[in-house]
Parts: sequence; structure tokens; C-alpha cells
Amino acid sequence: MSDHPDLAKLIFGRLTWEAIPLHEPILLYTFIAVALGGIAVLGAITYFRLWGYLWREWFTSIDHKKIGIMYMVLGLVMLLRGFADAIMMRLQQAVAFGDSAGYLPPHHYDQIFTAHGVIMIFFVAMPIVTGLMNYIVPLQIGARDVAFPFLNNFSFWMTTAGAVLVMMSLFVGEFARTGWLAYPPLSGIAASPDVGVDYYIWALQIAGVGTLLSGVNLLVTIIKMRAPGMKLMQMPVFTWTALCTNVLIVAAFPVLTAVLALLSLDRYLGFHVFTNELGGNAMMYVNLIWIWGHPEVYILILPMFGVFSEVVSTFSRKRLFGYTSMVYASIVITVLAYLVWLHHFFTMGSGASVNSFFGITTMIISIPTGAKIFNWLFTMYRGRITFELPMMWTVAFMVTFAIGGMTGVLLAVPPADFSLHNSLFLIAHFHNVIIGGVLFGAFAAINFWFPKAFGFKLDPFWGKCSFWLWVVGFYFAFMPLYVLGLMGVTRRLNHFEDPSLQIWFQIAAFGAVLIALGIACMLIQFVVSFRRREALRDVTGDPWGGRTLEWSTSSPPPAYNFAFTPQVHDSDAWWQMKEHGYRRPLSGFIDVHMPKNTGAGIILAGISTVLGFALIWQMWPLVVLAFVSLLATAIGHTFNYKRDFYIPATEVAAVEAARTEQLASHV
Amino acid sequence: MSAHADTHATHGGHDHDHDHDEGAAHVSFKGYMIGFVLAVILTAIPFWLVMSGGFKTSSTTALVVLGFAAVQIVVHMVYFLHMNTKSEGGWNMLALIFTAVLVLITLSGSIWVMYHLNHNMMPALMQDVRNLP
Repeated sequence: MSDHPDLAKLIFGRLTWEAIPLHEPILLYTFIAVALGGIAVLGAITYFRLWGYLWREWFTSIDHKKIGIMYMVLGLVMLLRGFADAIMMRLQQAVAFGDSAGYLPPHHYDQIFTAHGVIMIFFVAMPIVTGLMNYIVPLQIGARDVAFPFLNNFSFWMTTAGAVLVMMSLFVGEFARTGWLAYPPLSGIAASPDVGVDYYIWALQIAGVGTLLSGVNLLVTIIKMRAPGMKLMQMPVFTWTALCTNVLIVAAFPVLTAVLALLSLDRYLGFHVFTNELGGNAMMYVNLIWIWGHPEVYILILPMFGVFSEVVSTFSRKRLFGYTSMVYASIVITVLAYLVWLHHFFTMGSGASVNSFFGITTMIISIPTGAKIFNWLFTMYRGRITFELPMMWTVAFMVTFAIGGMTGVLLAVPPADFSLHNSLFLIAHFHNVIIGGVLFGAFAAINFWFPKAFGFKLDPFWGKCSFWLWVVGFYFAFMPLYVLGLMGVTRRLNHFEDPSLQIWFQIAAFGAVLIALGIACMLIQFVVSFRRREALRDVTGDPWGGRTLEWSTSSPPPAYNFAFTPQVHDSDAWWQMKEHGYRRPLSGFIDVHMPKNTGAGIILAGISTVLGFALIWQMWPLVVLAFVSLLATAIGHTFNYKRDFYIPATEVAAVEAARTEQLASHV
Repeated sequence: MSAHADTHATHGGHDHDHDHDEGAAHVSFKGYMIGFVLAVILTAIPFWLVMSGGFKTSSTTALVVLGFAAVQIVVHMVYFLHMNTKSEGGWNMLALIFTAVLVLITLSGSIWVMYHLNHNMMPALMQDVRNLP
């Protein structure tokens, strides 16, 4: 490379051997461990000859159920990475007092807190939410797939491409050191000339394509593909909240795309949108990104409200209390989500009138949310409650989320926010609602719908271990941060002088260790459940006495979901069908029209990853090459006319006969 | 219960393959021509306004041009995208209203927020703005 510096610069752009962090022992050992693990996984796949199976049955699949499962796998794998960042920060803060500098230099520590936030929101919470909606929504509305099945596969792989770019930044170059929203001027080219912010921008832009398209997809699915008879006010509550979430996605994500595009114009082409020169204004970035950012938190929590609604009514053996108010509360939250964004920057100086408007709208949002909590409580009231794992997570959610909600209302008071903003109090608050709401909801949903997806329940013993470690660990990890925040400790610090604070950080680190054990128990739960799958087998397809249509299918559902599209008369459609002595149709099957698998999604996303990488390192010839091949592949895919096929009636009949036999064996 | 008696004929999972346009506007040559002519007129007038220097202040011209642009958007939606209050069972109208409300909130909110920011944090700058001709 040294012989022709100009040529090397043209081809490799900013990428040199210097970018590989061989000089940082922590990263080097991580890299070695990841590389060995990766080689082991790839070797095992090759040894067991699974590549063909994975490619045919999963990677190219456009079955919404398989894509949903792949989203969940992506979310859980990235949870491990995000949590590794979290526990590193907790350990650093627990030891870095006085003379001890801790084990993480500031340069590395800043990347870790940025990566933690980005990964947890974009590559853990978002995939889990999208995955759940993907799996459950078509089943709940009696559809055979989503409206645009290929787009669904493409969306998943674009999200994965973003995750891959973030992971690459660990070993090639570095990640942003700006905090998870990359405010300028810190994220501008003057203060951050290296590739970290570029990794951030392109990972989010590529993943954002996936998120936006899957939002459009699910929105159309819910509006156009409901089973006959299912009016809007008869949709299951989870489907309703999914509808609201996808409306939010479609309306909010273009703002993020635009803001990041403006930031990249600043960084790549010397624009001055967010600089201090030539009329630019960095505060405009903060304003715009929170116009996306606040709806984003409702995108995450609304589907979980739906999950809790389904779980509470199922395990209380009662119809959900206040269905209509639940729906309207979700809609009100959807609209109000756009009227509160300034509460993220009260202290920026908009003055009393602006601050009081946004403070009041923020407090108003707690009214529909509170109504939801009461609806769940009234559903439980005089219900025949069984405390299975999903119900336990739901109760833990209600307690934890109520605390988080109250500290949120406290932060919504502008004068209080002036002393609490940017402090660990804020950190404690949003972890309180995101872990207590989104993650607990995700775990409730996983335990609830796992038997539907895989045909066997999850092991309750290890599930309960995980539950208690997570819940207790959460309180140990975040209650001390409230205390520290009230004492005025600010966020994102990697060293402290005052030794009296240390005990609180040590308690928080202990909590993080408990959460680590909780995650370990969850992984053990998956393994143990898989090994005990015969004992945990669900042959009925309805292990919990469910109320909505997904429980009317077998576990796992056949590729075509429903041999006949169900007719819906009630909001708890499957409950009503059972009440009226529903009998499965046993004959008269017809051919089922289905979409065909295609590799176009994964190929397009792969090229997008290369494009993103080339843009980050400014390898312009590769940028052009990748962009042209991206367009060519996309256009080429439109000439693929073999996009559907029919499952013959005989095959449908055989699958349904097997299910009849299975049901008979159970009784 | 005979839940499935009459539904298994066509209603599969892939309605997008055989869309039936519920109440979408009728597509005709005449409609496209009206739209085209209107679009040309609505483009020509702002062009003429700018070229001939019709108004004294450029900000008035800008506002008038923006007004024509808004009308142009409606023309495109009605004649080229075939949207009306009933298309897609009213969902198009609902989506349009929702979009308009959000754009309004975003634009007016941002202007309001940024104006107050400048007013409070950059009083000298605001003085300059007020003294502009």
C-alpha cells in the first residue's frame, strides 16, 4: 500500500491499518473471543450442513412468522452486546474514584455509552417490537401473511445490515463518542473528524429504511387484510396498539432520516446547517431529532401496552376491562406523542411560555397512560388469575412502570427539570420506563407466545429465576441512580472525586450483576426448554386458554396460517368461537395462494452494508460500484415474475389431518 | 357454527394481487388533461410573477408563489393520484388530514421554539432581525 499512496487512498479512502485497534487490549481480546466464537458457529453450521437449510427456510423466507422470529433473535443477540456495554460502564463507575482512573480510558468509555444507547434502542427494542408485531398481527387478524411479504424480508435484512455496521465499528475504526443522539457541534466534522459519527449515521440510515418499510407494511396489513367481520373496534388490543405504533413509525422516521441527512451534508460536503457559521444552528438539530425521538419512545411502549392487555385478560379469564377506553387511550397517546418533544430540552432556553406549554402536554400524556393501568387493574379485579410467567412480568411491569411514570411527571415540571436534567435521575427515569415497560413487556410476550411459535412452552423454573433476578436486579441497579441524581451527579462521567458517592455506584453495579444472572437464566431457560420440549409440548395450539385468533391455529401454525379465513363476530374472536362450540372444518380444502421465497432482500441488504461501509471510510470507487449494483439488483428483482405459488389442496388436507390426529391424541 | 361456509372462495392472504378499488376516482384521459392544464397554468403564473417582478417586495412574491404551490399539491392529488374524500373507504382522507396536522405541528412548533430560543439566548441577534428592512 505504501508504494502508491494516492492509489491506496483512492481505493481504501480513510481506511488504514491504524484503524484496527490492535493497541487496545480490551478490544483486542474481545475481537479474539468474537472471532473464535464466530468461527465455531460458522464451523458448526458447515459441519452439520445447515447452510442450505438456513438459506432456503430462513434467510430467503418471506413467511411473516419466520421473519418475526428472526427479528426476535436479532434483538436478543444485540441485547447481549448492549448489556455487555452496560455492565462495563457500571464496573467503571464503581471503581473509578479518586486516584483510581478505572480500567476504561475516556476515549473508549465515551464510545461505550454511545453504543449502549444506540444498540439498546435501535437494535434491541426496535427489532423486538417489530418482530412481535410481525409474528402476532397477521395471526390475530386472520390473515395469511403481511400485505407486502417480500418487503418484510427486505426490511428485516436492512435492520440487520445496520446492526452489522455498528458491530463492525468495534473492530474497524471506532464508534461515535457523542451520546446516542449525536448532538452537534460535538458530532460535527470539527469536533469529531474521525469515522465514529459516520458509522452512527449510516447504520441508522440503513436500519431506518427497514423500520420505515416495515411500518408501511404492517399499517397496510392491519387496514386492508383483516378477516371478514372484524371491524376496527373488534380488533384485538395488541393489533390496535400495533396500528398506532406503525402510524407513529411512518410519520416520525422520515424526520430522523432528514435530520441525519442534514448532519451528513454538514460532515461530508461542508454545509453549515448545524454549525455556528453562516447562519447554521446546532439547536435546530436538537429540536428536529426530538420531533422523531419522542414519538420513538411511544413506538416502543405502545405495542407492549397491547401485550399486557392480552396477557392480563387471558390470565384473569376475563374480557379486558374498558376495551373502548383502551383503544382511545392509545389513539390519544399517538397524537400527543407529537406535542411534547421540547420536554427533552427545557433547559435550552425557550423561555417560560414554551416550556409551560410542553410541560403541560407532557403531564396530560400521563392521563391516558394512567387510564390504561387502571383498566388492567380492573381486569384483574375478581378475575380468576393464574400467575404464569407472562402474568408475573405484567404485574412487575405495573409496579415498576408506575414508579417510572411518576418520576417522569416530576421531570415534566420545567423548574424541577432545570435541576434534574442531564443528571442520573433522568437516566434512572428512562431506564425505569424502558426496562420496566418495554423489556418486561418483551419478556411477557416471549413467554406468552413462545408456545405458539415453537410448539412447546418455556420452562417455568428457569423463567422464574430469570424473572426474580431481573426485577430485583433492576431495582438494585437504578434506585441508587435516583439518589445520585438528586445529589446532582451528572450522566456520562467516567471518573468521580467524591468518595462518599462510591457506595451508591457499587450497589448499582451489584444490580447489574444480578441482571447479568437474569439474562443467563433466560438463556438457560431456552436451552432447558428445548431439551424438555416433549414434556412441555403444546398439542392444542391454545395452551393458555387464549382469546384471540392466533390461538385457534396449531402450534406452530402451518405456513398458510388458516386453512379457511375465519369469520369474526367479536373482539375476543377465538373466545367467542369456543363459547359457541366451534368445530374445525375437516374437509373441503382448496389450494392456498402463497408468496414465494426470494433471496433479493438479503442480497440488497448485503450490498447496502458494503455501501454504508464505503461511505463511512470514503472509498468513493466502491461507493459508486455498490450504489450501481444496488440499483441494478433492485430493478432486476422487479423482473422476477415467479413470486407466488399454490399449496395444493391435498397438502393442506394432509397438514390439517395431522392436526386433527394431534388434537385427538390429547383428549 | 358455520363460520367458514362462505368465505373460503377468494379471501386469501394476498389481496394486493387482486385489488378492487373501492370508490377510487375514475381514471380518464379528460381527467389527466384537466390536471395537466391546471398544473401548467399554476406553474406559469408564479414563473411570470417572478420574471416580471410583479410585487414590490420579494417576500410578498414568495408568499404568493407558496400559495400557488399549495394549490398545485391539491391538483396533483386529485387529478394524478386520484384521491378524493371517499377513496380507499376514507382512509386516504384520514391519512391526509393526519399528515397535514403533523406537518403543521412540526413546522409551527419548530418556528415557535426556535424563535423563542433566539429571543432569549441571542437578544443581540434578534435586534438585528427586527432592524432588517
